[in-house]
Amino acid sequence: MLAAIAAPVTGSGAAPPQMHAPDGFLSVPVALVMWAVTIVVLAIAVRRTNATLDEKAVPLLGVMAAFVFAAQMFNFQVVGGTSGHLLGGVLAAVLLGPWAATLVMACVVGVQALVFQDGGLLVMGANIFNMGIVGTLGGFYLYRAIAGVFGGEDRARVPAAGIAAWASVVAGATCMALELAVSGTTPLQLALPAMVGVHALIGIGEALITMAALAFISVTRSDLLQAGRRTVGRGVGEPAS
Amino acid sequence: MTDSSDRPSRGGDGGEGGDGGDGGDGGGGGGRRSRYWWLVGLAIAAGTVILLAPLASSDPDGLERVAGDQGFLGNARDALFSIIPDYTVPGINGNLSTILAGLIGVALVFGIMLLLGRVLARRKR
Repeated sequence: MLAAIAAPVTGSGAAPPQMHAPDGFLSVPVALVMWAVTIVVLAIAVRRTNATLDEKAVPLLGVMAAFVFAAQMFNFQVVGGTSGHLLGGVLAAVLLGPWAATLVMACVVGVQALVFQDGGLLVMGANIFNMGIVGTLGGFYLYRAIAGVFGGEDRARVPAAGIAAWASVVAGATCMALELAVSGTTPLQLALPAMVGVHALIGIGEALITMAALAFISVTRSDLLQAGRRTVGRGVGEPAS
Repeated sequence: MTDSSDRPSRGGDGGEGGDGGDGGDGGGGGGRRSRYWWLVGLAIAAGTVILLAPLASSDPDGLERVAGDQGFLGNARDALFSIIPDYTVPGINGNLSTILAGLIGVALVFGIMLLLGRVLARRKR
């Protein structure tokens, strides 16, 4: 993505600057199937959020979207001349609950594609799924499970979220590799190890940022953790603990 | 866990001060009970854009790297239209362009989620 910043300075004819999958990476059928899945999940997210969202938590939705957008602009270095950036799905879900967090991630990915031409429109459904829903739903329930094993959310919030954040990046990359392979873009035996390999490293950054943000919030605004769970996170159709 | 279920979870109970009985954090200005705590969050997001976005690595990211290695980067199709492409505001150069683009994005997603949240929080079943 940010190759564009260096490009005017160095004048190098770099590859097309992008970070989210552009149109053309996935076949039209795969892109449409991913759109369908994403639309169904978003519809559920709207209904669940409508049923549970407290008016007092509304600004937190905006702040979370703002932070995720900002953090996604910061590509950090991993080995071998490759970079990565935060996704933020697990972080958002821990604070807002999985459904409101899903809307936040969809909003960020949607604005990135529509306004900033980062990520294609046809593949936007896949991008929202891989970078958002995988983390806000899959990552969140993994977080809950891990926290449960280690004595509950209040005790194990930060490490559980870190592990789930790492896993969400690797899982998102796995989904992308599968979508690329089914699209016929690149064979799975090439795409899967490459995508998982590099994102296993990027996921460490995701875990560190997620844990740092949660540690910061639990020191400065621990009431947000409670508020998020009590209002937005409730009514997600699962046991309260 | 420690959910005090005796407290009404919602229903317009007198503003933000109703939340969290724990001690103040001395976080400057209005403190934690301020109605405007979200401004601090927004400032953190803006600070991230201003301080970190210009420092971002320009190396290809994970997907871009794999696409380059495996020879499908060329499959990428150009966008149908472009508004603020590549996080640079057209006509402005350098870091300022990236920072401006980032601040526009931060404001946009904040505004959209605020509006959506308002609608969803109000229209109860």
